[in-house]
Amino acid sequence: MDFLNALVLLANFVLIPAISYGSQLALGALGITLIFAILRFSHFAHGDVMAFGTAGVILTTWALQAAGVSLGPLPTALLALPVGIVASAAILLAADRSVYRFYRKVKAKPIVVVMASLGVMFVVNGLVRFVIGPNDQNFADGARFLFTVREFRDATGLAEGMGIRISQVITVVVTAIVVAALFWFLNRTRTGKSMRAFSDNEDLALLSGINPERVVTVTWLIVAVLVTMAGTLYGLDKSFKAFTYFQLLLPMFAAAILGGMGNPVGAVVGAFVIALSEVGVTYAFRKFLEYLLPDGMAPEGLVQLLSTDYKFAVSFVLLVVVLLVRPTGLFKGQTQ
Amino acid sequence: MKKLLLTTALVGLTASAAQAQVNIGIIFGFTGPLESITPAMAAGAELAIAEVNASGNFALGTVTSVRGDDGCIDSALAVATAERLVTSDHVNAIVGGDCSGVTGAILQNVARPNGVVMISPSATSPALSTAEDDGLFFRTAPSDARQGAVATSIMRDRGVNSIAITYTNNDYGAGLADAIRTNFEAAGGTVTMVASHEDGKADYSAEVAALATAGGEVLVVAGYVDQGGRGIIRSALDLGAFSTFELVDGMIGQSLIDTIGAELEGSYGQLPGADNPGTETYQGLATAAGFDGSSAFSPESYDAAALILLAMASAGSADSAVFKDHVMNVANAPGEMIYPGDLARALEIIAAGGDVDYVGASAVELIGPGESAGNYRELEVRNGAFETVRFR
Repeated sequence: MDFLNALVLLANFVLIPAISYGSQLALGALGITLIFAILRFSHFAHGDVMAFGTAGVILTTWALQAAGVSLGPLPTALLALPVGIVASAAILLAADRSVYRFYRKVKAKPIVVVMASLGVMFVVNGLVRFVIGPNDQNFADGARFLFTVREFRDATGLAEGMGIRISQVITVVVTAIVVAALFWFLNRTRTGKSMRAFSDNEDLALLSGINPERVVTVTWLIVAVLVTMAGTLYGLDKSFKAFTYFQLLLPMFAAAILGGMGNPVGAVVGAFVIALSEVGVTYAFRKFLEYLLPDGMAPEGLVQLLSTDYKFAVSFVLLVVVLLVRPTGLFKGQTQ
Repeated sequence: MKKLLLTTALVGLTASAAQAQVNIGIIFGFTGPLESITPAMAAGAELAIAEVNASGNFALGTVTSVRGDDGCIDSALAVATAERLVTSDHVNAIVGGDCSGVTGAILQNVARPNGVVMISPSATSPALSTAEDDGLFFRTAPSDARQGAVATSIMRDRGVNSIAITYTNNDYGAGLADAIRTNFEAAGGTVTMVASHEDGKADYSAEVAALATAGGEVLVVAGYVDQGGRGIIRSALDLGAFSTFELVDGMIGQSLIDTIGAELEGSYGQLPGADNPGTETYQGLATAAGFDGSSAFSPESYDAAALILLAMASAGSADSAVFKDHVMNVANAPGEMIYPGDLARALEIIAAGGDVDYVGASAVELIGPGESAGNYRELEVRNGAFETVRFR
């Protein structure tokens, strides 16, 4: 019984939040890593494009809600996803055609393109605020909980409870489907294979007749799907605020680098490592240990490794350690 | 007949001085964590100014107001804004700032060097009570030292014995958390944990998990309504960590109830305010002017602007160095009680050499270093709105 209580406690406060947060980060980090693999630069506008796509989803959701459309217990925003994806695809392709393509043509150093993406970031940043404003926007509807903490407690008779939100279930399910589809696409389809070839060796790929512009366009389209999904899931789970999305850039990059830049499997693993460590390292384990240890041995302090003030430092410490010990990331990524 | 002559003379006097102009700067965080309540605050200050202008009894000229943004938590922006208002817009006095940190920054970097009076309606950090101010700084809001005592008595009266406190990591949050902890422990209660949170973060489940382990019957949230404070509450409810919250003044706002919903029912908090006929009068005036007069710190903002103008009238000068000594006189007894909407009469009394005791919308009574004595409204969330339970 005590063991179950301890497990439920840990699940409620650490595992479930970390898994849903990790899933959202994973979708974002996948986009970053894909861009790095194909286009060979770090896409700093990622967080703001995410906000832009989500803004498109939110506006469409509101329109649908006003028209009385609903998915029952599921959030209406899922119906609005295609519009958001089109919006972010449009802005990514526009940025590519007007900015990035020029630097590709002149074969600029990656750092120059990174700075250009910083400029794109500021433009999109302003656009998002222009379209939907700087405030929090709430667009979640449908049922909020699969089951609440209290329902769980009443049903099981345990002292501790755990709750699972619909948004968390959707997040995990959608992430699983999207990641599976992406890996299938990269490994099994002709276009996916040509993308990987292009990523492995650009010159050889060109010689074998792969059209680079087509590969680039497909990459941006996939990124648009990933980034809009990530933003929408995050917004449904927490809330939408342009500034918060901009700040998500840091953990997303940390996840991509931790897993190995350019390696899709690494991005997913890295995202979960970052999310788990952010929540886990700062968790106070006193209650957890109280359940597991014999009566007299229960700790007096909170058994908290780090105060929550250092939450954000955790991902960066991990990042520094990985870069020192394994510069290519946990999984072998590209080094340049 | 005599009265008529006097009035005519007064009108003549006003007319001759009409070319002169008095500028008031209104510096609030129109962007940042308090952006949802600052519009009603600025509207309150502007209402007082409009009332004075409409009365025609203000001998120093037409009063013009200029708005400036302090970002609430952005000291660099606040100082730049205040500097611009003082040097290029030539403001004679400042209503503001709104948050404690930026208010201190404006006071030390702009108001004191330039000798400009500032009255803040909402900066509540205890540190401002002892800050060097050359007699230029006043506030119509009470210090948080007082709020700590009020929050403690509200919780003790409700039979709460143990609490956890989370605060926004800045001057305001830290000062308030400290005041609540000290008072609550002195009253015999247990504080299980005092932990800060950063505003504008993506996810607060880690903070809530730590607070949940520490435990407590009530979670005291000393933060901002549009910021981390709301994220903490959302997360605490989702994780089933806490079900009742004690909300400090920065957390009181309808937007909180609108986003959290029914789960907030039964939570309570406090907001500066008094059982004062002026409060209702003010709300009537505000509604007529098209804004919500019950919004947090809106009455205090009206009072801050009114105090500045009455002190100027009393001193017969818009020069901060002169009228700063008159602020306490017009705010406190003796004299005729002045409520919102009475500014014209107050100016008449002052012009005639009489004494006024400005009560205003928030029962202004300035004590010690020029801050409000501190009356609070105890609020509870009932049926989707903050309802006043009683006054403390």
